[in-house]
Amino acid sequence: MSRKHHLELTQVGIDFPTPKGPFNALTDVNLKISEGEFISLIGHSGCGKSTVLNIVAGLHQATTGGVILDGAEVNEPGPERAVVFQNHSLLPWLSVYKNVELAVKQTRNGRNKKEIKDWVEHNLALVHMTHAKDKLPSEISGGMKQRVGIARALSMEPKVLLMDEPFGALDALTRAHLQDSLMEIHSELGNTVIMITHDVDEAVLLSDRIVMMTNGPSATIGEILEVELNRPRNRIELADDNQYNHYRHEVLSFLYEKQRKVEPVSAHKNRKVAGKASPNSDAA
Amino acid sequence: MFKSTTIPTVFNNVKNNVEKTVVGNIAASLVLPILGFMLFLSIWSMVAKNIDTSLGQFPGPTQVWEQAITLVDEHYAQQQKAEAFYQRQEERNAARVAKDPTYVPKIRGFTGAPTFFEQIWTSLYTVMVGFLIASVIAVPVGIICGLSKSAYAAINPLIQLFKPVSPLAWLPLVTMVVSAAYVSDDPMFSKSFVTSAFTVSLCCLWPTLINTAVGVSSIDKDLVNVSRVLRLNAVTHIIKIVLPSSIPMIFTGLRLSLGIGWMVLIAAEMLAQNPGLGKFVWDEFQNGSSESLARIMVAVLTIGLIGFVLDRLMLLLQKQVSWDKNAVTR
Repeated sequence: MSRKHHLELTQVGIDFPTPKGPFNALTDVNLKISEGEFISLIGHSGCGKSTVLNIVAGLHQATTGGVILDGAEVNEPGPERAVVFQNHSLLPWLSVYKNVELAVKQTRNGRNKKEIKDWVEHNLALVHMTHAKDKLPSEISGGMKQRVGIARALSMEPKVLLMDEPFGALDALTRAHLQDSLMEIHSELGNTVIMITHDVDEAVLLSDRIVMMTNGPSATIGEILEVELNRPRNRIELADDNQYNHYRHEVLSFLYEKQRKVEPVSAHKNRKVAGKASPNSDAA
Repeated sequence: MFKSTTIPTVFNNVKNNVEKTVVGNIAASLVLPILGFMLFLSIWSMVAKNIDTSLGQFPGPTQVWEQAITLVDEHYAQQQKAEAFYQRQEERNAARVAKDPTYVPKIRGFTGAPTFFEQIWTSLYTVMVGFLIASVIAVPVGIICGLSKSAYAAINPLIQLFKPVSPLAWLPLVTMVVSAAYVSDDPMFSKSFVTSAFTVSLCCLWPTLINTAVGVSSIDKDLVNVSRVLRLNAVTHIIKIVLPSSIPMIFTGLRLSLGIGWMVLIAAEMLAQNPGLGKFVWDEFQNGSSESLARIMVAVLTIGLIGFVLDRLMLLLQKQVSWDKNAVTR
């Protein structure tokens, strides 16, 4: 891989202000990403994966360190770092077409009316959503909404596509379907992708590298796993592949042995019991 | 034998139950309200018989109905009078022009007292003007308050301070300000109209303002992030994201405001002597004939009915404008 590093996270850390003083969510996150690479961020919930993504998106400002994309510092959100949100975030009052069109018009890149229309339709075709272009988001299924969300992000022609658990809210079959679509699109367009996931299979199947995060507070990158499987990847063939299963094992052992999340189960239970036992809570 | 009888019985029971629920629905939607209304009328007429006032017995439903018809008749009679007046005037002018071609005829307006229906129209017109002025101010200010926490912090105490003020407290101040500031030889609007409309505005600013602010500040954070990623400028952000998503809340505010405005208007018209329904009630009260109470009761029912219709109209408008068809039910 002779691609140059085009996205660099250097010593990224962030503090969130709380009434009890600043809360250090992330420290010393260092990551160099090449053009066209598919990166997965995996870790237990609350470890700051989304925060990393939001910093790259420019939605959060890093307290220390910074992000450099193609030689320029990232300090505000912009369409060259398009985000696919977990719950699709389509504007519910606009049709599928209009949702994508809003993004295209905003980042028009010198397109005229006809070209805008063509580009919207091209992106809808890319995610196989042309048939539903005049429907409202409330009229289509969750998987379809997420497809439109991806089309909207792609239509901005981003240098980096940021996906925040894009398939987290979908059922397993729909998810598999969308993962295949995403692999297809990635091989066709070659965007750089950073994707947050909870799903070990998803991470191994899709990524070039899996970035595993330690538990917070002061979370950082624990390990980085290179996934050297040939593309195009087929989930059925890979199911019996030793290499594939080895990668899965690596990620699983990181998550459940090295970074075992110690859930305060007893505390949780106590709180529940206390809530039930106290009649005052209802009266209040 | 046993079996053959039980199955149809069960079936019939189910059928009966289905019929019962259908009947129940009709009862709930039609019969029960009518029953309630009848009950109200009978209690009203019974109680009315036992109340004696200095203006005679309190009017029951029958007297009120009679007065309603009288008011309609008076309206038509007055219209005929007006027509006759204009016809006479025209004939007179024509005769005079025929005698002296240089004469420029003067047209004088009919000066008869306004009828009940003209007063209803005046009230509707006044409340609409007051309501529009309030909305034009309240929606943008509400949007600013919803978008900026600092603006909200600055304006909120003022909202809380002025929201509970009765229209009757505002009215003297508004009256004096209007008579001082609105001076014109040929005024487009009468002072009483301006005073009433402004009093209405002052009282129906607040629900719209508060609801707009709440609606705008509770926009889905992800949608705001979408807007940021797209780098929408402030105006596009408001038009494309803020307004559509807060339309339901804005309309809730507008409906509350219009309801309050209509209530306030009647009081304002009484004191400002704007020739609408409020003045009608006041004049009948001052008039003190044996029919006055029945006529006031007609006005009371009319006010209620119009208030209801205005609310329904706002609901229709909301359904037209809002994208979320499920949010609008009541």
